[in-house]
Order: sequence, then structure tokens, then C-alpha cells
Amino acid sequence: MTALPEVAAVPWRPPMDALRLRWRGRLWTLTTFAHVVPFLAAGVLLLWVQPLAAPVALASFAHAWVIPMLYAARGANVLRPKGRSGAAAEATALGLLGDLLDHDARELRAATGLVVERGRLGVWVIGEAGAALVSGGRGQRITCFCVRVDHPELPSADRTAHLLLALRADEVGFATVANMAFSGARWRVARRLKREARPALAAAAALDRV
Amino acid sequence: MARLVRMDRTGHTTLAEWDAADPVAVDAAVRAFREELDRGYFAMVSTGPGHAEQVKELPLDADLVVLRLPISGG
Repeated sequence: MTALPEVAAVPWRPPMDALRLRWRGRLWTLTTFAHVVPFLAAGVLLLWVQPLAAPVALASFAHAWVIPMLYAARGANVLRPKGRSGAAAEATALGLLGDLLDHDARELRAATGLVVERGRLGVWVIGEAGAALVSGGRGQRITCFCVRVDHPELPSADRTAHLLLALRADEVGFATVANMAFSGARWRVARRLKREARPALAAAAALDRV
Repeated sequence: MARLVRMDRTGHTTLAEWDAADPVAVDAAVRAFREELDRGYFAMVSTGPGHAEQVKELPLDADLVVLRLPISGG
């Protein structure tokens, strides 16, 4: 039984519980593998059959490198900051978001723009247009979800607060409503975030190890 | 003093403040609460660290009731 009313809008989706999350993660890895291996194999085969085809083989290797990178960039997008409202609205919204967080989370939000929140499925990193779940017990896997409040005029802290409150009300429902954008190694997403946002992922991984 | 706030383009707007012992303030808060629910907002209250609950009736004993809009997969 879900506590999040938005789940009713996606009745075809099974609940994104821990088991399904693990299964979807493995499927994602397998899909990425299936995209990469043919390009690697084609490159090797080309070099073996005709060394003069090295430029074509290199192009094939480049495809094998670019595809996972593009997937990870898509995942990182959910944590990137979006547009800003007026300074007064942002400050007011930040005050409310701060009321919802403890001291450490508030400081981390101020430094990185992201909220770190422990859940039952792992540790969540919440941005304005989505959230990422750091899990695996050592924080090695990250699953990025695209989920947002459909009101572009809201200040950024309010957009984060919307997601935070929904997550706190029903974690599985929240993950069910959200669209999965990436699942894979945490470092892949961290590399594609701005330097100032990366400590949020590191903090989430550290919490996941506890 | 308990507060009913709505997250909106201004950051947030305080729609009502009440004390459970003040029936006039409570009536005004309940009215404002129902109006916002009719407009499609969801009401949330914190129920401890890391936990929140959606409510359909105004909890008079809550310190803060936050009204949020629906979320969806992007």
C-alpha cells in the first residue's frame, strides 16, 4: 500500500522495492555491456583482419567509450542545478528547506546544492530535478531518477523540498513514480558533476557504508 | 503557534496560523487547508527525522503543515 498519491498516475509500474531496484540495476549494466562489447569486438576484429583499418577500429573503440559516458551524463543531469528565481524567493524557500533538514544536511546543501537523506533503499542525494540513490553497502552503485514538480516558477530550494517531502512520505512510491535515468558506478556520475557538487555523493557513499 | 504554509513562486506563503485553543483561528486554518487541497495541493507533516506523512485533515497538534504540488517522472 503506497502513501504517495502520485503512484496512482503510473498504475502499470510495479513498486520499485529493493529487489526490483537490484534487478533493474543488473539489467542496466547488462544493457550497457551489450552496447559496448560489439564495438570493442568489431574494433579488435578490424585490426586483426586489416591493420590498415586502424582508424575505423579507433572509431569503433570511441563508440564503446562514449556510450557509457553519455548514459552517465544523463544520470548526472538529474542532480545539476536548474534555473533560479528571484533572490528573495530563493532565500524564503531556502529557509523552509532548512527547517526540514538537520544541521549537517543543511551545511552540505549550502556547500553542494544537494540534499543527502538516508532511506531504507540506500542513501538519497536530492537535487532540483531528480534524485540519485547511492547503495550497495559501500556506496559503489548509483541509480539516478528523473523526478520533479511540474512548476518551473518555483524557487530551486522549493523544488528540492517537494522531492524531499515526497521521498520521506513513501520511498518506494517515490522511486516508482520517478523515471530511471542511469544505474551504474558512482564514480561515473561523480565525474560528470561540477566539483562543488561531488562532496554530496561522497557523503552519501560514506553514509551507505555505516 | 502552528503554521500552514504553501510552497509557491514566492518561496512559501503562510496561509494560516493557529493555536489549538483558539477556535476562530482553527476554523480559518481548516478552511484554508481545504481550499488548498481542492486546488490540488498535498498536505505534508513531518513525523520525525527523515519521515513525513500526507494528511487529508488538518492536524491541529502539528507545528508545521506544508502544502506541496504533485511530482512526476521527468
